[in-house]
Amino acid sequence: MRLSKIFKNSLLVLLACLVLSACATKKETSIGKIDGQMQGDVYTGTDTVKYLADGVPDRVFFATNESILTTASRETLRAQAAWLRKNPSINVVLEGHADERGTREYNLALGERRANAAKDYLMTYGISSDRITVLSYGKERPVDSGSNPLAWSKNRRSVTVKAN
Amino acid sequence: MIKKIFILILILIPKNVFALIEVDITRGNLNPLPLAVSPLSIDENSRLTFEKILKKENIGSEIAIIVENNLKTSGLFDPLDKKAFLQAPDIANLKPRFEDWNLIKAQALITGKVNYVDDKLRVEFRLWDVLAAKEMMALAFTTVPDNWRRVGHIISDKVYERLTGEKGYFDTRIIYVSEEGPKTQRIKKLAIMDQDGENNKFLTLGNELVLTPRFNPNSQMVTYLSYFKNMPRVYLLDIETGTQEVVGDFPGMTFAPRFSPDGKKIIMSFAKDGKSDIYTMDLENRIVEKITNHPSIDTSPSYSPNGKFITFNSDRSGYQQIYVMKNDGTDVKRISFGNGLYGTPVWSPRGDLIAFTKLHKGKFYIGVMRTDGSGERLLTENYYQEAPSWSPNGRVLIFYRETKTNAKGEGFSAKLWSIDLTGYNERQIKTPTDASDPSWSSLLSN
Repeated sequence: MRLSKIFKNSLLVLLACLVLSACATKKETSIGKIDGQMQGDVYTGTDTVKYLADGVPDRVFFATNESILTTASRETLRAQAAWLRKNPSINVVLEGHADERGTREYNLALGERRANAAKDYLMTYGISSDRITVLSYGKERPVDSGSNPLAWSKNRRSVTVKAN
Repeated sequence: MIKKIFILILILIPKNVFALIEVDITRGNLNPLPLAVSPLSIDENSRLTFEKILKKENIGSEIAIIVENNLKTSGLFDPLDKKAFLQAPDIANLKPRFEDWNLIKAQALITGKVNYVDDKLRVEFRLWDVLAAKEMMALAFTTVPDNWRRVGHIISDKVYERLTGEKGYFDTRIIYVSEEGPKTQRIKKLAIMDQDGENNKFLTLGNELVLTPRFNPNSQMVTYLSYFKNMPRVYLLDIETGTQEVVGDFPGMTFAPRFSPDGKKIIMSFAKDGKSDIYTMDLENRIVEKITNHPSIDTSPSYSPNGKFITFNSDRSGYQQIYVMKNDGTDVKRISFGNGLYGTPVWSPRGDLIAFTKLHKGKFYIGVMRTDGSGERLLTENYYQEAPSWSPNGRVLIFYRETKTNAKGEGFSAKLWSIDLTGYNERQIKTPTDASDPSWSSLLSN
């Protein structure tokens, strides 16, 4: 009995709602241009981009938490569609990726959604869905291991890879 | 299987159960209970035999060290330095001189005895209330010598349960993803270890990416995501036999698997055409059911312990938030309304709380809320951390955290951490490599 008293005395400090200030729009990042390589928070640089053929970039980039294709992305995908039409024997895998600033499982789904956005666009330009496989890596395969807005923008991508 | 190995003999049940020592674990414990874990006494013959079999010089002391470490890491107990002990282990186990233990301020005392009997390890232990000068509990176990670590964990569980009134969580294992290599080409393997980080074992070779292993609450089965042949699929693995199989026949990526509380179903997400929905598959009759049907991303499902409800995260409101629905997918209700994004909801085994990861203003939090979304409490804040998993008694959360390895914010290290539900007692769990995605098993024995 005596002993239990000792413990009842222990502080009632139910920890710690780490106090959060109450200001939040959901978009967690909104950074302007960084060295001309980002627009909004979409990567517009070229240093990670490879080419499927001359003038046919292999990847498109996305804003945080988004899977909407930008004007530049649509242009890239139209070039890819034209190249695929010229090379009917080539099939592709669209690899969708997310940055590290999200939970793992949600990011797997987000990568899939991004790759599908690219797939849908290729299909509207005449590429059969039989030729396209979608594969999401979530945040598991970043191209830039940095932890800053520019690195994250390079990692939010859908990459078109030759399957055969 | 494992449960059968142990023969539990009850020597003595305390007759008058009026409260002796009692530890309140519902609040942050700033005054852990000072207690003495005496080395378990051992006769010379038994000692020599176990030294030969187990390569441990004194198995009695080794088992006592396990108990001491477990009780210490719980944050509720403060094991005293053995150098201050005045009484020899064998005599203390017969009848402690309570004045001596009182003198060093021990309020509880654990003593015991180890024997080699018929090729088996026999361990008896006693828990004493020093101030009341009474025995609180006495138990004995007989098992194969190789199980000596588990004996230490079971004693820890019994002591924890006797002093707090709640089941312990020490005779448990943790399955997790071992990580090595640069971030852009990370090699990931399934690994399993005892709750205290011992007996670490790798279950896959690292040839393919593996993620999110989760225990079946009722058996030694694990479900996880593997990129075997570059096809992300949910797999089922029997960790005793090593056999594994793909779960279901889905034309696309399945991910985010968990077992139902009865262990008979797997609940997971299936992604197709840019939307992810939640499905279940019955492991006996293989029947697949679609639970959610929405153009959004619905993932990270987790059942309530009675199996009647499911919590999951969805971006159907525009951003990732936590929802609860009935197990047939009806009656979907959003429960997270705070600032920021909410993900990875996991229902507590006690049923009253949901643990989650929250992202807000570039920080990651591990927190808990009631199942209706009220009473949100954030337990820990960091640059990056996620994926809480409950201890089987619902008192401790394990999760993983990535930290930068130098001041410039370069390099990174991923480790497993645990934190008490009260928000106190945060500690890193040692792993031989970097580690992520921990999942806590049920108690192996009861």
